Amino acid sequence: MKNSKEYYKEERNKDWRVKLRKELKTKERTKKQRIKMPEEDPDVRNKNSTEVNKGLAENVAVIEAQRCIDCPDPTCITGCPVGINIPKFIKKIEEKDFLGSAAILKETNTLPAVCGRVCPQEKQCEEKCFYTLKLKKDPVAIGYLERFAADFERESGKMAIPKVEKQNGIKIATIGSGPAGLAFAADMVKFGYDVTVFEALHEIGGVLKYGIPEFRLPNEIVDVEIENLEKMGVKFVKNFIVGKTASFDDLREKGFKAFFVGSGAGLPRFMNIPGENLIGVFSANEYLTRINLMSAAKPDYDTPVLSGKKVAVIGGGNTAMDAVRTAKRLGAESKIIYRRSLVEMPARVEEVHHAQEEGIEFLNLHNPIEYIGDNNGIVKKMILQKMELGEPDSSGRRRPIVIDGSDFEVDVDTVIVSVGVSPNPLIPASLSELKTTKWGTIVVNEDNMQTSIDDIFAGGDIVRGGATVILAMGDGRNAAAGAHKHLTESNN
Amino acid sequence: MNKIIKKVQFSENVSKIVIEAPDIAKSRKAGHFVIIRLDKKGERIPLTIAGANKEEGTITLVVQKVGVTSDKLLKLNEGDSILDVVGPLGKATHIEKVGTILAAGGGVGIAPLLPIVEAFKEAGNRVVTVLAARNKDLIILEDEIRKHSDEVIIMTDDGSYGKKGLVTHGLEEVIKNEKVDLSVAIGPAIMMKFSALTTKKYNIPTLASLNTIMVDGTGMCGACRVSVDGKIKFVCVDGPEFDAHKVDFDEMLTRLGAYKKAEIEAYNSYIK
Ligand SMILES: Cc1cc2nc3c(=O)[nH]c(=O)nc-3n(C[C@H](O)[C@H](O)[C@H](O)COP(=O)(O)OP(=O)(O)OC[C@H]3O[C@@H](n4cnc5c(N)ncnc54)[C@H](O)[C@@H]3O)c2cc1C
Ligand SMILES: Cc1cc2nc3c(=O)[nH]c(=O)nc-3n(C[C@H](O)[C@H](O)[C@H](O)COP(=O)(O)OP(=O)(O)OC[C@H]3O[C@@H](n4cnc5c(N)ncnc54)[C@H](O)[C@@H]3O)c2cc1C
Ligand code: SF4
Ligand code: SF4
Ligand code: FES
Repeated sequence: MKNSKEYYKEERNKDWRVKLRKELKTKERTKKQRIKMPEEDPDVRNKNSTEVNKGLAENVAVIEAQRCIDCPDPTCITGCPVGINIPKFIKKIEEKDFLGSAAILKETNTLPAVCGRVCPQEKQCEEKCFYTLKLKKDPVAIGYLERFAADFERESGKMAIPKVEKQNGIKIATIGSGPAGLAFAADMVKFGYDVTVFEALHEIGGVLKYGIPEFRLPNEIVDVEIENLEKMGVKFVKNFIVGKTASFDDLREKGFKAFFVGSGAGLPRFMNIPGENLIGVFSANEYLTRINLMSAAKPDYDTPVLSGKKVAVIGGGNTAMDAVRTAKRLGAESKIIYRRSLVEMPARVEEVHHAQEEGIEFLNLHNPIEYIGDNNGIVKKMILQKMELGEPDSSGRRRPIVIDGSDFEVDVDTVIVSVGVSPNPLIPASLSELKTTKWGTIVVNEDNMQTSIDDIFAGGDIVRGGATVILAMGDGRNAAAGAHKHLTESNN
Repeated sequence: MNKIIKKVQFSENVSKIVIEAPDIAKSRKAGHFVIIRLDKKGERIPLTIAGANKEEGTITLVVQKVGVTSDKLLKLNEGDSILDVVGPLGKATHIEKVGTILAAGGGVGIAPLLPIVEAFKEAGNRVVTVLAARNKDLIILEDEIRKHSDEVIIMTDDGSYGKKGLVTHGLEEVIKNEKVDLSVAIGPAIMMKFSALTTKKYNIPTLASLNTIMVDGTGMCGACRVSVDGKIKFVCVDGPEFDAHKVDFDEMLTRLGAYKKAEIEAYNSYIK
């Protein structure tokens, strides 16, 4: 099923695909403009939590699907970390078989409604589209179409529950319910295993729930997927920290035969500059968790959050964009402070655009060096330094260099530090024999995601450091294949 | 859901609550804590595990009313349930035989001190415990503490019980009389700060169990961070116990006040 050229070719030569290609000439297809995603008005949406992108109407999706020329060598697939058969699912949309399209997505992607929304498509599938590479035109909107098909299926009420093999009674534990853990659980339950997902928090979904805000990924979409997993037989145990509530040995004693660690990169980093522990200086994780997981901004919930009026978010990734746009929605004057320029920002391009439209100020090529507090220890000012770009560094991005004597002060009452995360240390700390790197990520065999301990597999951010949803899911699936093989072989 | 099996009121604002939590009862050690959430709209608050019964699958919490959540918790009765209980969190106390332990418990800090006193005693140490509170009513768990201590000194601010004076007076009295090898202080931040200053004068290694504001308790948010020896530490995963002589208590005290305004507002609208 994976990246095999013959399979793609065989599929491409099926009658229905040949027929579609004949219906509309390639020239007619490439003449069309990429459709635009309908969006909520920036001046309205920056005051509420409704989803920004409204989704494509059926006829619009079909038109966009027609742009795809069904390439003989579909380069787009090489850009997708899980190797979705992109032309096949798009051609199903062109054929108006939307449910069929969703079924193709689900062959390789457990959460297409999520990935269609949050994948950095411009750096993945869409970057490798024929339009981008050869025609120098806007790529086919693969992400929007993926979201369309997945949403159509969910809203149709005819969501297909994937078939599961006969139960084999072998107990498997998944640690963490983020995208890596969910993808692993989905495949293992399909193979017939008795899968339990253990989650430390009181909600299932990992970053999809506590990190990414409602205006970008509504919780309901994640919940439907979780319900489907439950229908397939996956058990979920919340408020259970593996390594604390029970050890791996306790679970082995209870009959668990293999483990998948998808515990994420939870540990927020700080910059270690003066004033970082003042009141009003948060990690992005704390800020987003208070608002997303604990509903702190809703008056009838008990958890408080400091609702600042002048908010500065330090960083340029997705987390920084989510935090700054959340602050804006809570009524603050909000700005991004990022030490490189706009083009080097690691956030999804669409999020940066949306943030700009919503009235977020961008102080690029700026870096904080100190926070100053008032008499009560509450942050009131920050000192920023201006930067310029020098030669490219090891990441290939131009290195920011301090402009001497450029310091100046800015008034703030809330600072949200979003300069990256480190791997969650809970699991490595509870398993001294587990091999880790000097950054604290778990070492795995890349072929099957097996760790240095035979019955433990791992994937997602705990292996990669902060990465993406789709890579985490890809790892979960590879680990499921690896664990299945391992268990089958050790049973014989 | 975790059912409340038993509730015993110690004083107007402090009660002991025994709840069902079989997995936690099995794996917890002295020094560990849990995070609870009462209901769907509730906040997550940390509480120390003051004791556990493996056979019955229960853990004991001792709770003091300070704001909305602790008040709501204390209004629950036997048979009621708490929605979420997660743990055991934090690092367990490192227990070994060192000689003489000087334990200091302030107010509701006496509850988390109990399992630590118990464990040090069991490891063969001589244990002298100083219990301190504003008045007689706030001295809790005295019988249990006596059971596991070689000597107990009680101090009250108003002299309504034991000796009149602060916890530090009790500590100095012991330190002047005998050689102390390790001190443990648990209580309000201000009490730990002054206990640490006292033991530092005599170069006695001292542990403090910090009670910062927390959200997740798993190292994910950084709300609980403190400066220890000039470095950022997360109390929920690196602690809650630290070398008291290295903790920046002033910073911790400031940070504890972060939500003071919100908490007072919440409390006022809650009692209405
Ligand atoms: C705010 C934010 C925005 C983002 N935006 C995007 C985006 O737009 N696009 C994109 O592709 N990526 C984005 N990312 C990154 C992406 O979310 C992560 O790469 C992905 O979620 C990693 O998945 P995971 O399954 O490895 O871990 P996580 O999603 O982190 O889940 C790990 C789970 O494991 C639980 N856990 C940890 N330890 C234990 C234990 N011992 N026992 C039980 N449970 C445990 C944790 O509580 C957590 O729920 C974003 C991240 C953040 C924080
Ligand atoms: C590791 C740890 C163990 C703890 N163990 C216990 C325990 O065994 N028994 C117990 O009663 N309490 C314990 N606490 C403190 C307990 O978590 C707080 O009392 C509780 O969160 C207050 O919640 P609230 O909504 O009732 O009050 P809030 O409305 O949040 O606060 C009311 C007042 O209490 C102060 N306050 C807030 N949080 C804390 C805190 N963490 N410590 C001290 N004062 C605070 C505020 O400044 C405010 O003035 C522990 C805290 C930690 C971090
Ligand atoms: S999963 Fe992500 S990378 Fe793959 S096709 Fe979908 S949007 Fe593109
Ligand atoms: S590369 Fe672009 S045009 Fe070609 S098949 Fe993929 S999506 Fe369609
Ligand atoms: S409570 Fe969130 S990191 Fe400690």
